[in-house]
Amino acid sequence: MYSKKVVIRYTADNVDQPIICQLVKKHDLDFNILKAQILPRREGVIVVELTGSKENFDRGMRFLKEKGLQVEPVSKNVSQNTDKCVHCGACIAFCPTDSLYLDKQSMKVLFDAEKCNGCEFCVMACPVRAMEVNIF
Amino acid sequence: MKKYRVTKTYQEINEKIRQGKAVVVTAEEMVDVVEKHGHVEAARKIDVVTTGTFSPMCSSGAFLNFGHTAPRLKASKVWLNDVQAYGGIAAVDCYIGVTEVAEGDPLNSVYPGEFNYGGGHVIEDLVAGNVIRLRAEGYGTDCYPARKYEKNITINDLRDAMLFNPRNAYQNYSCAVNMSDKTIYTYMGVLRPRMANANYATSGQLSPLFNDPYYLTIGIGTRIFLGGGQGYVAWHGTQHNPNVIRGKNGIPREGAGTIAVIGNLKEMSPAWLVGASMLGYGVSLYVGIGIPIPILNEAMAQYTSVKDEDIYTQIYDYSMDYPKGGALKSLGEVNYRDLRSGEIVVKGKKVVTAPLSSYYKAREIAQILKEWIERGDFFLSEPGQSLPTGSA
Ligand code: SF4
Ligand code: SF4
Repeated sequence: MYSKKVVIRYTADNVDQPIICQLVKKHDLDFNILKAQILPRREGVIVVELTGSKENFDRGMRFLKEKGLQVEPVSKNVSQNTDKCVHCGACIAFCPTDSLYLDKQSMKVLFDAEKCNGCEFCVMACPVRAMEVNIF
Repeated sequence: MKKYRVTKTYQEINEKIRQGKAVVVTAEEMVDVVEKHGHVEAARKIDVVTTGTFSPMCSSGAFLNFGHTAPRLKASKVWLNDVQAYGGIAAVDCYIGVTEVAEGDPLNSVYPGEFNYGGGHVIEDLVAGNVIRLRAEGYGTDCYPARKYEKNITINDLRDAMLFNPRNAYQNYSCAVNMSDKTIYTYMGVLRPRMANANYATSGQLSPLFNDPYYLTIGIGTRIFLGGGQGYVAWHGTQHNPNVIRGKNGIPREGAGTIAVIGNLKEMSPAWLVGASMLGYGVSLYVGIGIPIPILNEAMAQYTSVKDEDIYTQIYDYSMDYPKGGALKSLGEVNYRDLRSGEIVVKGKKVVTAPLSSYYKAREIAQILKEWIERGDFFLSEPGQSLPTGSA
C-alpha cells in the first residue's frame, strides 16, 4: 500500500470539474482531504492524502496533469506564532539546526526560518503550541 | 536590633508614590545601582525594587461561583469545557485546578501524550473572555432539587472568580537532566537521554524571593502583580521550607520558600495566565507574578542587588533518582549566569540548557510593576504577618 500527501492546485478553468471524484473512482485510490481553499480569483488549492497501489497512484498523478492541474508533493514549513510565543525557551534545546535561539539582548526566543529543516521537534516541545506546521 | 544607616517606612514610601516622587527600579537595574553607588547610597536613592517571574506553576487554580440556578442546584460535579472542577464545596462554588486534564484525553496511553487542553487552558480561556461550556450535576435535595445544569458562559457570567494558587514563585528550583538511555517527559520538560539537555526554571536575579531571601518584606498581605492584575500573598505556600542550605548572601541553594497567592481573576489577562501542555506529562498554567520590594534600609538594597552568578542551584537526575523518591543526590551545583549562557558542564560533559521560565516575560512584569508604582496606581502594603523564616 502506498500513501502520499500532495498539493493540487486548480485554476479558474478547471475548478468546477469534479476532478478528485474522478481521480479516486478511476484509479481506485482512497483519499483524505487535509486542507482545501478556493481563492477569490477562483483558483484553488487542496491538500489530499492519497492511498492505493503505487501503480494506481502514478496513473492518478498523470491523470491530474493531463487535466491541467499542478501537483506537488507537500512541502511543510514550520513557523513561530509570535502572538502565542511566551519566550520561555523550552524549544531551543530541541532544535538541531539552531533555528530557534535566545536573543541575549531582548531575551526573546527568535526563529530563523532560513535555517529550519522542518523536523518538527519543536512543535510538541512547545508548551503553548506556538510552533506551527503549515502545509502550504 | 541592628542599626541601619538608612531607614524608611512603608508609609514614607507610599507617601512618595502618592506624590509621584518614588524612585523605582527593576531588580536587574538595581544590580548596577548598587555596583555604582554601594548599598548604603543605593538605599538612599531607591525606594522600591520590582521583581518578576513567569513560569508554569502547577499548584494553581481558581475558585468560581457561577450563581444560583432556577430551579436551584447543589452542584457536586462540575465541568468546564469537559475539564472537571472540584465541586465538593457549597452549592454553586467550585475549584478548577490547572493540572486537571480534559475528560476523554488519551493521557499517556499514546505515549508521550500531548495533553492539549486542561484546567490551565480553561483559566486562560476565562480571562480571555472566551465562551466556556459549563456543566454541573447534583443529586437533588429538598432545597436544591435540580439534577443537571448546562450553559455556555463567559467570565462575566460568573458571580465571583478568584485565582488562588497554593504554591507559586518557588524560591529556587532544581536543574533537571536525564542520565538514562531514553528520552523522558517530565514536568521539567522533555529531557533527552545521556544528559543531552538540562532544563531549569525561575527567572534568577529577577525572581521575587531571590531578592528578599529571608522574607523580610514579602509576607502575608503583600500586594503583588498577579496574572496582570493586583493580588496578594495569602499565606506561605505549601512545601515552604526556609531551612535549607544557603549561600553567604542568604540565597538558598535549592528549592526553599514558596508563597500562596490570591487575586480577582476578573481583573487578570491572558497575557499573564497562559495554559501549558507539557508533552508526556500533563497540563499546567504559566503564571506571571511580580513583587515590589521596599528598600527599607541598606540590607534590602544589598539583597535586591543579587546577580545571576551569585545564585546557585542543584542538578538532579530525573530518570532514576527523582522518580524513586526520597533524598536526591546532587550531580553538582550551577549558577544562573551559566544556565542562562546556554551551556553548562555536568560531570565533565557539556550540556545544552533550556529554560522553562520566560526571562523576557519576567522582565516585562518587573517593568509594568515599576510603571504602575511610578504612576501611583500601585501602593505597597505592609505584611500583616511574616512568612516562616525558620532557624536562619
Ligand atoms: S517553547 Fe514555544 S513559547 Fe517557548 S520560546 Fe519556544 S516557541 Fe516560544
Ligand atoms: S522544525 Fe526542527 S529545525 Fe525547524 S525550528 Fe523546529 S526544531 Fe528547529
